[in-house]
Amino acid sequence: MADLKLRDVAKTYGGTVDVLKNINLDIKKGELIVFVGPSGCGKSTLLRMIAGLEKISGGTLEIDGQVVNDVPPAQRGIAMVFQSYALYPHMTVRDNMTFSLKLAKKSKEEIDAAVAKAARILQLEPYLDRLPKALSGGQRQRVAIGRSIVRDPKVYLFDEPLSNLDAALRVATRLEIAQLKESMPDSTMIYVTHDQVEAMTLASRIVVLANKGIAQVGSPLELYERPENEFVAQFIGSPAMNLFPGEIVETGPQTKVRLDSGGVAVAAIATQDADKGMKVKVGIRPEDFVEAHGDAAFTGTVDITEALGEVTLMYFQSTIEGQTVIAKLPGIHRDLRGREVHLAAAPDKVQIFNNGRSLHYR
Amino acid sequence: MNPALQGLMTIAVGVGGCLAYFYFSNLVLDRFIFPARGAQAGRNINRANMVRPWLFVFPAFFFLLLYLGYPVFETLRLSLTDRALGGAFVGFANYEQMMNEPKFWEAMRNNMLWLIVVPAASTAFGLLAAQLTDRIGWGNIAKSLIFMPMAISFVGASVIFKLIYEARPVDAAQIGVMNAVWLNFEGGIWSFIFLRVFPAILCGAFAVIAAYVGYLAARPLWEDRPGPREGVMMKGARAFLGLFGLWLAWVSVRGVWGVLTASLPYGEPINWLTLPFYNNFLLMVILIWIQTGFAMVILSAALRGIPEETIEAAIIDGAKPLQLFFQIKVPQIMGTIVVVWTTITLVVLKIFDIVFAMTNGQWETQVLANYMYDKLFRANDWGVGSASAIVIMALVTPILVWNVHNARKEMR
Repeated sequence: MADLKLRDVAKTYGGTVDVLKNINLDIKKGELIVFVGPSGCGKSTLLRMIAGLEKISGGTLEIDGQVVNDVPPAQRGIAMVFQSYALYPHMTVRDNMTFSLKLAKKSKEEIDAAVAKAARILQLEPYLDRLPKALSGGQRQRVAIGRSIVRDPKVYLFDEPLSNLDAALRVATRLEIAQLKESMPDSTMIYVTHDQVEAMTLASRIVVLANKGIAQVGSPLELYERPENEFVAQFIGSPAMNLFPGEIVETGPQTKVRLDSGGVAVAAIATQDADKGMKVKVGIRPEDFVEAHGDAAFTGTVDITEALGEVTLMYFQSTIEGQTVIAKLPGIHRDLRGREVHLAAAPDKVQIFNNGRSLHYR
Repeated sequence: MNPALQGLMTIAVGVGGCLAYFYFSNLVLDRFIFPARGAQAGRNINRANMVRPWLFVFPAFFFLLLYLGYPVFETLRLSLTDRALGGAFVGFANYEQMMNEPKFWEAMRNNMLWLIVVPAASTAFGLLAAQLTDRIGWGNIAKSLIFMPMAISFVGASVIFKLIYEARPVDAAQIGVMNAVWLNFEGGIWSFIFLRVFPAILCGAFAVIAAYVGYLAARPLWEDRPGPREGVMMKGARAFLGLFGLWLAWVSVRGVWGVLTASLPYGEPINWLTLPFYNNFLLMVILIWIQTGFAMVILSAALRGIPEETIEAAIIDGAKPLQLFFQIKVPQIMGTIVVVWTTITLVVLKIFDIVFAMTNGQWETQVLANYMYDKLFRANDWGVGSASAIVIMALVTPILVWNVHNARKEMR
């Protein structure tokens, strides 16, 4: 239940290897922030720095207005849920949950009340006297969450908590975490995942980490609809956004781009005359493609189709080396293979990037 | 022939003989007894596969029976006969005679002392060394040094320690480290601190620990805790451990008093190995020195095996280093600790070489194995000697069974 402020936070190993640098982030009380990024981008490291398990090499971390760079983890008012649950195998569920309270010398009444409350929220009452090995994966993760709840922390940290669960359980537990957040609107949560669906469904704001820094911070739909740069554009959404190199040919409230592959795309982005001739990349999400009536952004022969039932994915061999263009059409389409298709997209769905940055954010 | 050459030949013949046995017996089975051809080919292959394990296990099985199985029964038989009467059956007379000998009870008492002190100290020091050498740059060097005594034979180690305990006349230079240090004490303030206060604190701390462990073991007897109900055996064990802890604490408290009031002969070299009762501990030091390395290596591996996340979770939960060690790490490797403990216990129960080489059981340091050796090979009294051997076996067996049980549980 606290604000977090990260100022120029950096992490270096051995003084030479930069893992993270210039991380600036304000997290407000009650937010659920999700860190996403490709593997090795340092998202877990950042979480562990907030937890105090990794030293902060540069910059400051504030929790509730207090710089906590050198405060030991236990005194930061945080609780962490690990990917592997990290339950103490020799302790019962109850002992697992009360361990921190006993260390903090809380009274027996307080401890009992906290455990009763957490057990009720997480439906763990029948299992309190069991050992972790007698629980299923989902139950274990609930115990791990319960261990956080009883401490009543200012900030909850989740390190890929659902990665060890199977698909069905993952969805169920995701919903439980969402409900948990709902029931504790004042608690601040930071959640690390590589799963986009988790990020999109849970987050109040998503932090995309890449290249040792923050690529973009925003609400899930902001990131989806207005990606700040090519990286975020391609990282959010599946399959990834198609990028076509091209050149601006018409400016104004709407911008027209002639694509190197031959088509023409119109984007609802305002540009000045000076921008004419600018080398850009046009981004169109596979799901935003519709069959063209008039100017087509892309024309190609369907190479492979994947029918998923609710949607059909079409793969095209582009004229540009090594690039595959993907389009997603709703519903089931048969016999598309080998057909020539003309595709276009509504102007407000089209992104334009110059030097990797979106023209929306000039 | 040169003995070295003889040794090499023995090795060659032995290993070659083993290989030849396995190769040719397998060949005979496959070619002649159950050949994989003709009308019965399929059945023969199955039969050969059923016989093969027995074929391969047979030599080990045979020699185990010959050198372990047969002697057990022969010893049992001998313990019931008397040589002086031409090997006549005398019932339990040998046992009776043995029970009436004070030297036997001295050996029993000393064995029990060894049994308590050596496994406990080795495991504790091993655990300490494992934890302290974990994750430091020169930890591996330290570990190698601590492990090195494992490579020294018990007799070799005894020779080393005999030199350490050596006493020379007062006017000669002391070559024994113990006496060299001892002669530096002259009864002043430092002598008081090192020889009275410090040991008293150690002894007192041991008393507290013993009492606390006993209390922990016995506590579930009167406390109503949720969890599975315990059987009578478990309750008995708990009661025993509780009383035992209490007794140890009482002995240690008396020890504190003794240390504080004893009059110490400053300035005279001491013949350490002739100090009754305490010389037992001087002998135990040797085995502890050797076994600490073993305990350390096993426990170090176990410590490494603890999931890192549980430790991090405990740090976030607010555990201090000591709490982390005793409440998170030690319970997770408890199974390994028990296996190490019982394994060392087995070594201790059979202890012979160190006592034989250092004191040969004089000055009240006798132990069962050396007692057996005395009776069997010095006094040529096979009856009493065998009887004491049977007693040793009776003591070892339950611990061995338990050890195997635990080791199997660990492996699962």
